[in-house]
Amino acid sequence: MTEVADTAWETVIGLEVHCELSTATKLFCSCANQFGSEPNTNVCPVCLGLPGSLPVLNRRAVELAMRIGEALGCRIETSIFHRKNYFYPDMPKDYQISQYDKPINVDGSLELPDGSRVGITRAHIEEDTGKSTHVGGDGGRIHGASYSLVDYNRAGVPLVEIVSEPDIRSAAQARAYAAELRAIVVAVGASDGRMEEGSLRVDANVSVRPRGAEEYGTRCEVKNLNSFHSLGRAIDYEVERQIAIVSAGERVIQETRHFDENTGLTHSLRGKEEAYDYRYFQEPDLVPVVPDDALFAAAREGLAVMPAERRRRLGELVGSDGVNEQIQTVIELDLDSLVLAAVAAGADARLALARAANEAAARSEGARLLDPVAFAALLEMEARGTLSATQSKTVLAELIDAGGEAEEIARRLGFEAMESSDLDVAIEAVIAAHPDEWERYVAGDVKVAGFLAGQVMKATKGRANGKLVAAAFASRR
Amino acid sequence: MESDGGDGSDVGGITLDEGGITLDEVRHVARLARLDLSDDEIITLQGELSALLEHVDKVRRLDTADVPPTAHPLPLSNVLRADEVRPGLDRDAVLAAAPAVEDHRFLVPSILGEAP
Amino acid sequence: MSTSGASGGMHLLDRGVRAIAAAIRSGEASAISVIEEALRRIDEHEGRLHCFNLLTPDAAREAATNIDEAVARGVDPGPLAGVPVALKDNLCTKGVATTCSSKILAGWEPPYDATVVRRLREAGAIAVGKTNLDEFAMGSSTENSAFGATRNPWDVTRVPGGSSGGTSAAVAGGLVATGLGSDTGGSIRQPASLCGVVGIKPTYGLVSRYGLIAFASSLDQIGTFAVNVGDAAATLEVIAGHDPADSTSLDRPAPSLLRGLEDGVEGLRVGLIGDFLGDVASACAKAADDAGEALASAGAKVEQVSIPEMLLGLPAYYIIAPAEASSNLARYDGVRYGLRVEGPDAETMNARTRAAGFGPEVRRRIMIGTYALSAGYYDAYYGQALKARTLVIRAFEAAYERFDVLLSPTTPSAAFKLGSKTANPIEMYLSDLCTIPSNLSGHPAVSVPFALDPEGLPVGVQVLAPALGEALMLRVAATLEAVAPAAARGPVPLGDVNSQAGVS
Repeated sequence: MTEVADTAWETVIGLEVHCELSTATKLFCSCANQFGSEPNTNVCPVCLGLPGSLPVLNRRAVELAMRIGEALGCRIETSIFHRKNYFYPDMPKDYQISQYDKPINVDGSLELPDGSRVGITRAHIEEDTGKSTHVGGDGGRIHGASYSLVDYNRAGVPLVEIVSEPDIRSAAQARAYAAELRAIVVAVGASDGRMEEGSLRVDANVSVRPRGAEEYGTRCEVKNLNSFHSLGRAIDYEVERQIAIVSAGERVIQETRHFDENTGLTHSLRGKEEAYDYRYFQEPDLVPVVPDDALFAAAREGLAVMPAERRRRLGELVGSDGVNEQIQTVIELDLDSLVLAAVAAGADARLALARAANEAAARSEGARLLDPVAFAALLEMEARGTLSATQSKTVLAELIDAGGEAEEIARRLGFEAMESSDLDVAIEAVIAAHPDEWERYVAGDVKVAGFLAGQVMKATKGRANGKLVAAAFASRR
Repeated sequence: MESDGGDGSDVGGITLDEGGITLDEVRHVARLARLDLSDDEIITLQGELSALLEHVDKVRRLDTADVPPTAHPLPLSNVLRADEVRPGLDRDAVLAAAPAVEDHRFLVPSILGEAP
Repeated sequence: MSTSGASGGMHLLDRGVRAIAAAIRSGEASAISVIEEALRRIDEHEGRLHCFNLLTPDAAREAATNIDEAVARGVDPGPLAGVPVALKDNLCTKGVATTCSSKILAGWEPPYDATVVRRLREAGAIAVGKTNLDEFAMGSSTENSAFGATRNPWDVTRVPGGSSGGTSAAVAGGLVATGLGSDTGGSIRQPASLCGVVGIKPTYGLVSRYGLIAFASSLDQIGTFAVNVGDAAATLEVIAGHDPADSTSLDRPAPSLLRGLEDGVEGLRVGLIGDFLGDVASACAKAADDAGEALASAGAKVEQVSIPEMLLGLPAYYIIAPAEASSNLARYDGVRYGLRVEGPDAETMNARTRAAGFGPEVRRRIMIGTYALSAGYYDAYYGQALKARTLVIRAFEAAYERFDVLLSPTTPSAAFKLGSKTANPIEMYLSDLCTIPSNLSGHPAVSVPFALDPEGLPVGVQVLAPALGEALMLRVAATLEAVAPAAARGPVPLGDVNSQAGVS
């Protein structure tokens, strides 16, 4: 991902993240909140907006929204609902029940792994819309479609919309923010955060200004970001586009732009020169929500350990110099409890972290179920030298895939520790076979040591322990 | 309050300060309200809406400093529902009422734009 | 009184809700005989009156048969057993067309029942059909119906009032014993007054709105019609009480309204609102004055009171109600149910459907409501109107420190001629002058027939009470009813279908 090289310009980014809450039912009715059902099978008069229907607020959605607010350090306040009025076929009532000027959570912040802090303006509750698919036309896009089909299963699913302050200054920071926010909503059990299923959606507000300027530039909203990767690409393109415009002395038009996965470009959505008039007014079918003791208690019940705290715990164990990325990977994959437990069972912390971040990561689903004691036993064998690194990784893969015990697997695979006499034999054989290289090594050529060690590994089919090989050569010098 | 000449100009003296409504505003409101009205209907509505606005003008001119709005006459708060699934509607019954259906979904003619 | 089927006395159908239910529950009379009488009358007079959008005689007969069988088995069918009721056609009835008298919902069959409809049925009441209304409950004459106007049984050249004109006329004509309407700015009380029957608008939140097709959500309430106060109260008791499906439903069970109804008004402090008296027909002002005197004679302390904020009610209402309506009616877009007028794209289809499906009054209100909420105008109109609402509420609160109940005319005139107010919408809006304030405050109010005007048309008076003051309010209403001339109230003897229209 390219950084914007032009330091004359500052990028200003604010993110709006929508999370679907993991409730059993929808926000205002008792239909199942379930991804992937047959179309229009989770519907009722309320979420279809049938004439005469009325919304009734889901207690659990309020609790989870409050949890998110707590996790983001927000002030949790009495809130009311508003109607956001607009027409779209996936909107059953042609208004969305949302929160406007009195949202439930305000004024929080989020600390990122690199220590930077992004302000959170608000995190409010609103209902999701149905889903339309466009038929005819090209590639399922709206333009050129002959008609559209609407499924209301998703209509009424509870969302929390989290709006950041425009504190983000780069695509990388935006990605980090999105990842951290996702980790948090998943950690508190409020959402499963699956972008590919749409339970986490990110829109970016991007503007540029001359570095040092006080005023913000005109911003564009970028939508249709399906992954954190797309988020980064879209921001990069948008920033370049805006800089080109402003550098040429022209003005950026404030508009909503759509990111195209295939081309990596953003393009304008048609026909919006002015902000849409939503005619917000207080929802007369609902009453205010006052965060009382019962709600707070239920909200706080699920407050799991925050990612920042998990980073700290691992960092304390291993000393974080040089291994921040490993720590981040392990937490993202929910493997930190494995590492902690393995260390508690006697494993070396750095080794446990490395194996978890690298090898176990490739099999993360299975790795989460890995018995930490078995993991610790394997790591011990590697640390002792009984297994080489290569062998340890192979055993780990099987341990994750099929379970069992490290020692038994190693024996079955023929990974017995080499007898030191066998090792001596192999060493002597290599020295004998490569006298010139041996002479150079003895004379102090360090580089040739790698070649010699490689020959030993080849001859022993990887069974030799790298450290012991190096020690054996060194002792014969 | 005089009507204008039908061309949207201020001839005849409707200005916003007087609480009237112009033809352009009527058209704009009709667009927001999703009503496909004929030119005659727009003109008639301009007259009717202007008269109504005049009638409610005393509310607009009320001195309401320090008067809070009342959106709702009820003293209730925290009306909440347990998060338990209940059966909804049978899909066939729902789709039977629909003007057009395909593939168990509601069919609409092509949608021009993205959601606002 | 109609005598068909009975030996020289009143037919059971005319003896009222409580009497009918008692007779049927005890086995003294059969539900089927009462329903058959109702259906016979409807058959005879409906063509002329047009109270109903839809009749459901087969279902009614089946329900009646079931009730009689239950009684025979010793099972109690409920407090409204066998009582023929009319349901305003903005109340959802499962599998039965519910149209709001609009082309946009013509033929639409809800897949669910409104809570009040279910409660009536569970109490043994029998719906005979869905009654006509002003389209989407917007109007004061029922002339805004897309399916033709309803006529006032007292004089078929006149309106029954609105928007619940169909129910009011059906009750006034003796076609049913009781009925449900909805009241957003006076749509129960005003037609009740014009038809010489009792109409109750309860405290906001007392009756569930689940299944009431919304007009203005913070103002709408479902209420009851009957020929006398006790019967209207009996029906209200059945439909009232907390409903978890309505978040704006008060968290309390149905109140007891019948107990103490006859306790009189000794010592009660009654305030006669003077501010309307200059704006109403003299017969209506006189009726209110006479009502005050009647209460004084009965032992109440009656005083005239000026509450100038009441006059803010009408203009505030004609901003707030259309604003909420513009949003509530947005869902009629041709996508999921109801009328669809085809178009090349969804947006065009939507706009054409709505223009074709909504009548002129509905379109007017959607337009003014959209305008009042729109960017640049929200503060000046909707924002100000909500503040005016606060002023009205405060004025009520101050009044209720001095008085237990308030008294006023119900509406500025008796029943007017069909077509006489349709040229100027605002003239029609003025019908709601006296009734609107109670919708803004959420307080209960009732119209009781009290007098006849010089043309022999019924004139009602309105009793207003603070929130949840129904019992007291109805006690006062019952007192007024006791001293009012019987000729001033329905049911109207409709005579045979060939006779002249009007009072016999």
